[in-house]
Amino acid sequence: MSEILKYLTQTWNLKKLVTLLSLFVLMMTSGLPLLAQQQRFPKPEFESGYTQPVTSMPEARADFFAWFDVVILILALSLITWLILKKRSRRGVLAVSVFSILYFGFFREGCICSVGSLQNVTLALFQPEYSIPLSALAFFVIPLVYTLFFGRTFCAGVCPLGAIQDVLLLRPVTMKTWLQKVLGLIPYIYLGLSVLYASTATDFIICRYDPFVGIYRFDATFFMFSIGAIFLVLSAFVARPYCRFFCPYGVLLNWMSRFSKHHLTITPNKCIQCRLCEDSCPLGAINKPVPVKVMEDRSSATKRFIKLSLIIPVLMILGGWTLSNFHENLAKVNSKVRLANELMLFKADSMLPSVEIEAFKSAGTPVEELYSEAAVIVEQFYIGSWVLGGFLGLVFGLTLSGLSVFKYREDYTPDKAECVSCARCLKYCPVEK
Amino acid sequence: MEKKGKKDRRDFINTCFRFAAGASLVGVTGVLAHKTVSGNTLWQIDTTKCTQCGRCATSCVVTPSAVKCIHVYDMCGYCDLCGGYLRPNVKNITTGAENQLCPTGAIKRKYIEDPFFEYEIIEDLCIGCGKCVKGCGAFGNGSLQLQVSHDLCVNCNQCAIARDCPSDAFSRVPADEPYKFSGFKKEKKG
Repeated sequence: MSEILKYLTQTWNLKKLVTLLSLFVLMMTSGLPLLAQQQRFPKPEFESGYTQPVTSMPEARADFFAWFDVVILILALSLITWLILKKRSRRGVLAVSVFSILYFGFFREGCICSVGSLQNVTLALFQPEYSIPLSALAFFVIPLVYTLFFGRTFCAGVCPLGAIQDVLLLRPVTMKTWLQKVLGLIPYIYLGLSVLYASTATDFIICRYDPFVGIYRFDATFFMFSIGAIFLVLSAFVARPYCRFFCPYGVLLNWMSRFSKHHLTITPNKCIQCRLCEDSCPLGAINKPVPVKVMEDRSSATKRFIKLSLIIPVLMILGGWTLSNFHENLAKVNSKVRLANELMLFKADSMLPSVEIEAFKSAGTPVEELYSEAAVIVEQFYIGSWVLGGFLGLVFGLTLSGLSVFKYREDYTPDKAECVSCARCLKYCPVEK
Repeated sequence: MEKKGKKDRRDFINTCFRFAAGASLVGVTGVLAHKTVSGNTLWQIDTTKCTQCGRCATSCVVTPSAVKCIHVYDMCGYCDLCGGYLRPNVKNITTGAENQLCPTGAIKRKYIEDPFFEYEIIEDLCIGCGKCVKGCGAFGNGSLQLQVSHDLCVNCNQCAIARDCPSDAFSRVPADEPYKFSGFKKEKKG
């Protein structure tokens, strides 16, 4: 400070020095540090007719475009649904996919997408102070509504994440059913975790580990690029690896699609059992007819199903109990909990403070306040981990018991839950309308 | 006949589930309908909370960061000895690179009249490290402030810097109030 004063006395005239000194006095007496900071050096009155530049405040993309995106989404969904269900055209699906990659992907740079909007909805449901943008809510609800009526046409080519994988699929390999079932459980875990973290306002993990957003922006950390590259290379051989084995929003679409009213059918008329479509599905989502001799008698099947169903509550409790034991570890992702932990272990005499601890100390919030806030969050994680564990137990149990159910089928039909309506199988069907 | 009955039953269960799923969708939408904001939200830094830790420069998904130092000219004292422009304890007050605090030389110093100088941020060079902001806040008026530049920000659903910010200074703001300068009345947008 003295250095500044010394310098100022050399260059400034006496009048300005007096004003400055009086200001310093004011600063000492007022005791309001913020006010003092603003008035430390008052803006000079220029004599040379200098005009002050305008403080730059670049404007954001206009709000109107958020609505434009929603309109585009509805148009694209309607178009692709019509192409799949009425025109039965794979080429049309491809065209819409390319459009989605270009518009929702490269032009809109991957944000906001329906997959991520799931977290906005969760956050809005659990955190009263967060209000969700209407466009985010629209991106969440509209594809689900369409799926409830027409199957997963959103996945087919409107979702930019799905479209980029679908377009790159060159040589699909068939996967073993057991592997598909096991990997198919990952999305449920991912969904559960993302809901847990979004509801506690901790993080949006789906956005954090979004594989393709870095590619759409031509800009990402090495880590993000690597995930994206791995998925892209993989998707040339395994159909839609992200959609099938990771996408948490896909779980919701899967549930909706199970009950869809007008789902895509492989044949436009009566199936003639020609078996041409049998291996056409790269996702393994075609249900084959069950030969009558494989069918077991009804009572033993029912008994086994009931036995397996009885395991479900056990699995749920076991899952809840297991995860609740790890709730503190899960909570460490939360920055407040992490900071509270760090502060508790921090010893001022022997350790260098981290950036977080320094920032916290300079903010001047009492430590007790942070501790009580962190305790509340940890408590939320305790409840959340019970719910998450129970949910996963339920899913595992239902998958297990579902494996033992043989539905009697005569025709080749798409598996409504797994089918993403990519329309590849349609070309294989020789039956005409 | 039995087969037909079975098919009807399946259809009926299916319809029930469809209505349940539809109802839950309507329910979620209904619950959230009164919690919506019509416009999009944007990310912005609360300058009163910001501690200039330097993470804005490294955590942003955009390179260089969408966070820039923005000069609030209304608050500037036009000092010759600028704590935001010059390194502490410089020998000479000149524009020499060895004297500049900014690691990328993004601040342009222009002589106005004795003894005042104008400092302009060259946005293309600024990486949002906040060194000048810290210097200006410590020795000057605090007219240099870190803000998210909305023409560069891609408005991620969850801001990557907000996640790493140690001071909890990032928040979603309504689109009609996109900047949060402190100690400064907003003039016109532009």
